[in-house]
Amino acid sequence: MNKDLITSLRPALVMTLFFAVLLGLAYPLAITGAAQIFFPHQANGSLVRDKGIVVGSTVVGQAFTSDRYFNSRPSAAGDGYDGMASSGSNLGPTSQALADRVQGDVAKFSETSPGLNVPPDLVMTSASGLDPHISPEAAFYQVDRVARARALDPASVRTLVEQAIERPLLGFLGEARVNIFILNRRLDHFGDKPAA
Amino acid sequence: MTIQGWLLIAIFTSLLLLLAKPMGLWLFALYEGRRTPLHRILGPVEAGFYRLSGIDPAEEQGWRRYAVHMLIFNSMLLLFTYAVLRLQGGLPLNPLGYDGPSADLAFNTAISFAANTNWQSYGGESTLSNLSQMLGLTIQNFLSAATGISLAFALFRGFARREAKTLGNYWADMTRVTLYLLLPMCVVIAIFYVASGVPQTLAASVDVTTLEGAKQILALGPVASQEAIKLLGTNGGGFFNVNSAHPFENPTALTNLVQMLSILVVGAGLTWTFGKAVGNTRQGWAILAAMITIFLVGVTITYWQEAAGNPVLHHLGAMGGNMEGKETRFGIAQSALYAVVTTAASCGAVNAMHDSFTALGGLIPLFNMQLGEVVIGGVGAGIYGFLLFAILAIFVAGLMVGRTPEYVGKKIEAREVKLAVLAIAVLPLTILSFTAIASVTEAGLAGPLNHGPHGFSEILYAFTSAVANNGSAFAGLSANTPFYNGLLGIGMWIGRFFVIIPMLAIAGGLAAKKYTPETAGSFPTTGPIWTALLIGIILIVGGLTFLPSLALGPIADHFAMVHGQLF
Repeated sequence: MNKDLITSLRPALVMTLFFAVLLGLAYPLAITGAAQIFFPHQANGSLVRDKGIVVGSTVVGQAFTSDRYFNSRPSAAGDGYDGMASSGSNLGPTSQALADRVQGDVAKFSETSPGLNVPPDLVMTSASGLDPHISPEAAFYQVDRVARARALDPASVRTLVEQAIERPLLGFLGEARVNIFILNRRLDHFGDKPAA
Repeated sequence: MTIQGWLLIAIFTSLLLLLAKPMGLWLFALYEGRRTPLHRILGPVEAGFYRLSGIDPAEEQGWRRYAVHMLIFNSMLLLFTYAVLRLQGGLPLNPLGYDGPSADLAFNTAISFAANTNWQSYGGESTLSNLSQMLGLTIQNFLSAATGISLAFALFRGFARREAKTLGNYWADMTRVTLYLLLPMCVVIAIFYVASGVPQTLAASVDVTTLEGAKQILALGPVASQEAIKLLGTNGGGFFNVNSAHPFENPTALTNLVQMLSILVVGAGLTWTFGKAVGNTRQGWAILAAMITIFLVGVTITYWQEAAGNPVLHHLGAMGGNMEGKETRFGIAQSALYAVVTTAASCGAVNAMHDSFTALGGLIPLFNMQLGEVVIGGVGAGIYGFLLFAILAIFVAGLMVGRTPEYVGKKIEAREVKLAVLAIAVLPLTILSFTAIASVTEAGLAGPLNHGPHGFSEILYAFTSAVANNGSAFAGLSANTPFYNGLLGIGMWIGRFFVIIPMLAIAGGLAAKKYTPETAGSFPTTGPIWTALLIGIILIVGGLTFLPSLALGPIADHFAMVHGQLF
């Protein structure tokens, strides 16, 4: 046993150092180099700039709460969509706090979009708190409200939503969804032009 | 539940079965120490490592030496990671200037990664520098995975060798698995992740002015390189707090599919390797069949419960499936499947918050871990855990037909059965006693976020996850306290190495035995009867021990949910 212990010390020490260099430095740095050369857009966060200012990422969600925008899902990341503190609500199925929150959100949405069933994703927090998507149902649900707030024709806003729907890959992989940052950005640019 | 969802599950399972043999073949080449095409590039690196370490890779080790060398190396890695974390504040590549984590957090994290658990007491983006993620954690992700696979090789040799004293060379096994399997696969997968939208940069964050004019800071970093090994090595420790639910860790349905396959592919391949090693690949397929059966039952229950949704929320007007704690791009089917995959293996990566699953939907991940993660399981750990159950099953079969039990040509005798039971008993003993301690002490009860039975589930889940070396969480539990960091850290160490030592002792004993050829009186271990017996033993031995605790937690929670009782 003692002999085994002593014979193991040199390889343990050397292997730790060498693997630290290979796996802890060379590997991630080589991938970083390759990523920055071949996929610089994705490797830096898929950022979108307007006049030099970063206005968002097409991969990560941001908070939309005003009536003029399609609202994003509620978020438990910090005060909402905190990119430095991703988090789910972690409230369980029998949580009073969860029930109270959902009840409040259902009431809020029913006020601005009366008479329709609230799509569930719109009143339930995502896992990350940074969900970039809402369901197509949740987008259609908000069409009338957004059109009203922007004094636009609901039909053209609806068309905008339809064009923004991303379908499952090969028909089975993933869910139909709408990237809310992309949709709202198109909405902003749509608003600039006279309604056609 | 939708046809599309079932299609996903069917296609995923088929892909996994298709990959089992090619992966198994590659692993077999490494098991045998054969030359691979990759030796041309990485061979000199391997040889250089041996030379500087003073290792002769052909020198065979008995089970004791194999165990001691493995333990010393893992302890050394543990110290290394602990040091990197504690010294973080003074080390480079720390653009946000984070101080080193507290002693108890660094202790917990270092053990967690050394034991292939990757429990996250910390929130990655708010605690760790890029250097800590790379140097402290990525290295452990590789080497704890390589250690798991090496240990499986040692046990395979125990079954395959005849009247032998040795089980191979730990250093050679570990180095080969790292260089010729994990590293090359990770390079390819990491590049794919980057192309799909996973960041890989040394910058730590970027400032955003949102369309509504608010300020948002997005955490970035070398994410893709860590993501690749996190899943392939069934480690599971995410770059960000919410792990693979974070859009930067897992941006699309395709990356999600690749992640799920990465988690299980090595484990599935090892079943084939085992069959090949003992000279009959049908032995491997019989094991994989038992694993896949339990897996699919679990997937069905979780998917069904999550799709059915939460009646409490239905009453409030939020109809449909349970989307609390799930991402839109994954929806119900991919979230349910991922949860079962990650707990079948000892991975613990999550793409949805298990804490917010329905009561029974969350019971399955918990139960998977309590079975010892032998349903395909973590890399290496899954198959050696499973073979412990196989020893028990053949013993029970032997009792039933009144013969000395044999398995793949080796007599299974009192020593093997005792050691197997010892290894299997470690899990329930540690999980249940630690859960009990936390349930009656003030420090323990300060942890849960939820009240009522779900609060108990959070504690039970934490200790199950730690001791089973999974690392997923009912993340409502505030675990970053000295009490939980300490107790969970100890649990992870026990759960890893107190299983490994008896397992290696079995391997050493088996290697020394003669080959016992199969006769008409042997219990056949390739057919459906054997598969059914294995499933039975796993469910009875693994399951019954935990039933009372499950009744107090998720099952009570389920009835409360159905009756609208809130806490």
